[in-house]
Amino acid sequence: MLSKVAERVYWAARYLERVENTARLVSIYDMLLFDMPRQVNLGWYNLIVINSLESAFAERYTVQDERNVVKFLIGDDSNPGSVVSSLRAIRENIRTTRDVVPAEAWELVNELSLYVQENLAQGINRSNRHEFLEYLIKSCQQIAGLLYVSMPRDEGWEMLMLGQNIERADMTTRNLDAGVAAIMQVEDDEHAVNSRQIIWGNVVRSLNADQPYRRAMRSSIKGPKVVEFLMTDPHFPRSVGFCLSELINAAEALPRSEKVIAAIRKVHRVVMGNFEHEEYGTEFRDELNDLQIAIQQLHFLIGTTWFLTDQ
Amino acid sequence: MSIDWKQYELQDGFYDELISSPGNARQPARQLANYLSSLTEEDILSRKIAAESTIKDMGVSFTVYTEGGNIDRAWPFDIVPRVISRNQWDKTAEGLKQRLQALNMFIDDLYHDQKILKDGIVPEFVLKQSKNYRKECEGVSPRFGVWAHVCGTDLVRDKDGQFYVLEDNLRVPSGVSYMLENRSIMKRVLPEVFEKVNIAPVGDYPENLFNMLASLSPRKDERPVVVVLTPGIFNSAYFEHAFLAQRMGAELVEGSDLIVGKDDCVYMKTIAGLERVDVIYRRIDDMFLDPEVFHPESVLGVPGLMRAWRKGKVALANAPGAGVADDKVIYAYVPEIIKYYLDQDPLIPNVETFLCYDDKQREYVLANLDKLVVKPANESGGYGMLVGPHSTKKEREQFADLIKSNPRNYIAQPTLALSTAPTLIGRNKVEPRHLDLRPFILQGKDSYVTTGGLTRVAMKKGSLVVNSSQGGGSKDTWIVDTGTSKS
Repeated sequence: MLSKVAERVYWAARYLERVENTARLVSIYDMLLFDMPRQVNLGWYNLIVINSLESAFAERYTVQDERNVVKFLIGDDSNPGSVVSSLRAIRENIRTTRDVVPAEAWELVNELSLYVQENLAQGINRSNRHEFLEYLIKSCQQIAGLLYVSMPRDEGWEMLMLGQNIERADMTTRNLDAGVAAIMQVEDDEHAVNSRQIIWGNVVRSLNADQPYRRAMRSSIKGPKVVEFLMTDPHFPRSVGFCLSELINAAEALPRSEKVIAAIRKVHRVVMGNFEHEEYGTEFRDELNDLQIAIQQLHFLIGTTWFLTDQ
Repeated sequence: MSIDWKQYELQDGFYDELISSPGNARQPARQLANYLSSLTEEDILSRKIAAESTIKDMGVSFTVYTEGGNIDRAWPFDIVPRVISRNQWDKTAEGLKQRLQALNMFIDDLYHDQKILKDGIVPEFVLKQSKNYRKECEGVSPRFGVWAHVCGTDLVRDKDGQFYVLEDNLRVPSGVSYMLENRSIMKRVLPEVFEKVNIAPVGDYPENLFNMLASLSPRKDERPVVVVLTPGIFNSAYFEHAFLAQRMGAELVEGSDLIVGKDDCVYMKTIAGLERVDVIYRRIDDMFLDPEVFHPESVLGVPGLMRAWRKGKVALANAPGAGVADDKVIYAYVPEIIKYYLDQDPLIPNVETFLCYDDKQREYVLANLDKLVVKPANESGGYGMLVGPHSTKKEREQFADLIKSNPRNYIAQPTLALSTAPTLIGRNKVEPRHLDLRPFILQGKDSYVTTGGLTRVAMKKGSLVVNSSQGGGSKDTWIVDTGTSKS
C-alpha cells in the first residue's frame, strides 16, 4: 500500500473517531450540568481544557460561555479539531483514498458533511442541539459500521485500526483528566456534596461505558474503580489498555513493525500498572499527562515507520 | 402540465436527436418520449431533484478555475437522455477504430522513418513546427506500435444527420467517468424506462481499460502493477482519476509517490518499502512528466521517467509524444492518413477545415471571419477560440492579427449546425439545446469503443459551446436496440 494512502487512511480514522467523541462529549456535558447543584460553579470551559485548546480558544473568544465553547468545538473552522474541520479532513482524506475505501463510504461522508453544513446553527443553539448531535453520532457509527463490514482486512484496514485506536486511547485519558479536573474544581465547594460521584458517572457515560462498567466491575460508580476500568479493562473497546492491545494487533499485521510493537508494549505495561491513589488530584493528572505524551510519541513513531516518503 | 411533444420548438436547419417533426419522436426514442409525456409536472420535478441530490451525494464534481480560487462544482446534468440507434452506433464505432488505428500508425511512422513526409502526403514543416512533436521519443517502439492507447474523439451531427469528427484528443482525454456516472444517475432517476427499453450497458469500460493497460506490461508472467498518475487534487479531472483507479483496482499515485531507481525501473513508495511499477496510466501532460527532460521546475512528474520508458522498463499510456497527432492542422490530413496507412476510405468524415498557413485558404478565412470558427492548433478545452457569428468586430480584428502573425497555429471551420436534443429547462419545459458526443476509444492489441460516450450539452439557449469549463452540462447517452424490445 502506498505510504501516502496509508497516512490518509490513518488520519481519516482518527478524525472520524474525533467527530464522534466531540459530539458525545458536548451532548453528555449538557446532562452533567443539569445534575449539578445550581450554586456549583462548573463551566463549559472545561471542555476546552480537556482538549488542550486553551490558547486556540483564547485567540478567538474572550467570553468562556456555553455558546462560544460549543461553537468552537463544533462549528469553528479555525479550530483544527472542531467537528467542521474534522469532517473536512475526513472528506479530503477519503476523497484522496477512494481507491482503498469502499465507494459507499465516500457517499456517506459526503452526505454527513452536507448535513453539518446545512444544520450547523441547530447544533450551536441549545433547543435542537440534541437531534443534531444524535444525527452526527449515528452517522459516524454508520460509516464505521460500513467500513467494518465491507473493508478487506488488508493493510488499509490495519491503518484504519491504528488511527482509530490511538485516537481512542488519547480521548479516554482526556476524559479521565477532565473528570479529575472537575472534581478538584468543586472540592472546596460546600454545595457540591455528591458531585464526585456525579462527575465520575459522567466520565463513564461520556465514553459510553455505563453498562460495561457495571457489568465488569460489579460496583457502583467509585473513582478508583472507574480509573481501573477505563485504564485496564481487557474487553471494553475504549479502555486505554484495550486500545493499546488493538494497536499491537494492527502493527503485527504490517511490515517493518518491530520497533513500533516494542514501543506500544512499553506503554501498555505502564497502563496495566497501578494508578491507585487516595485522592485523584494533581499527581494522577501528571501521570495522565505523561501517558498522553507517550501516546503522542507512538503517533510519531507510526509516522516515521510507515508514512515518511523519503525511503 | 406534462410534456407535450407537439409544443416542442424544433429549430429550423438543425437535426434533433429525439424528435423528427412536431409531435413525432424518432424510432429509437419513441418509448422514451411516450414515457416522458406520461409523467406529470410533479413527477418530472421530483425526478430532476432526485438527480441533483444523487449527484451531490455521489460527490460527482469537477473543478472550475476562477480568479477567486478553485471551486468544486456539482456536475450539471440533464435528465432527458440522448438516444442513438444500435445500427448507426455500430457503424460509427467501426469508423472510430479505423481512425485511431491509422493515427497510431501515423505517430509510429513520425517517430521512426517518417515515410508519410517523404512521400509528400503531409508537408514536413507542419511537423517541424508542431508544439507536440517530441524529439525525445524518436526511435522508441512501444508495444503493438501503439502510442495513443486512450483517445476521446469529439463527434458532432450536422443538419444532414451525419456524424462528423470535430477533433481527436490523444493526450489526456477526460470525461469517461462522467459517462459512467451519468448512467448510474439515470438508473436511479428513471428506473421504469430501463425495464422497457433495450439500452446497451456502458459499465465495461474500466474493465477494458485495465486489460488494455495490463497488456502493456514489460514484465511477463506476473500480475502487473498498474497505477494512475494524477497531478493531484487540484486538477479539474481529479474526480475521474480517482474514479478510474478505484474501478480498476489500481493505485492512484502522484509524482512524489514514484521514483526511478538506478536500474531504470520505476518504483512506488509503499509502507513495505519500494515496489516496482509496470504500467502508468498517466493523466498529466507530456511537459510535466519528467523534469530531467521537460519542464525542469515541474513537481508533478517523476525525474528519470522518460529514461525508464525509453529503456522499456515501464509502459506509459498514452505514450509521450502521442499528442503530435491531435494538432488541428494534422486533423485536416486525417482522411489522407487513413488512406495512406490502411488503404481505406474514412468511415466518418472530417469537418471541412481551412488551414491558415496556406495562402489561399488563409485569404478565405480572413475574408469570412464572421462565418467561421477559428481554433488554435494546439489548445483543448474550448479555450482561445473565435466563434465568428457570435463575435464582436474587435474580437475579429484581434484574431485576424493573430492568424497573420502565426498562420501555422490556426485553422478555421464553418460554423456547424450542431444537432439539438430536448433538454429540461426550468420546472418542466423541454427546449432544444445543442450538443456533441465524445466516445472513448482504446487501442492495445485490439480496439474497443465505448457504447455511446459522453454527451455534452450547451445549457445556454442558442450556445454552441459545450465544454464543462465553459458552462456546459451533460446527458446520459443511450444506444438503443430497436430490433428487439423487452416485453
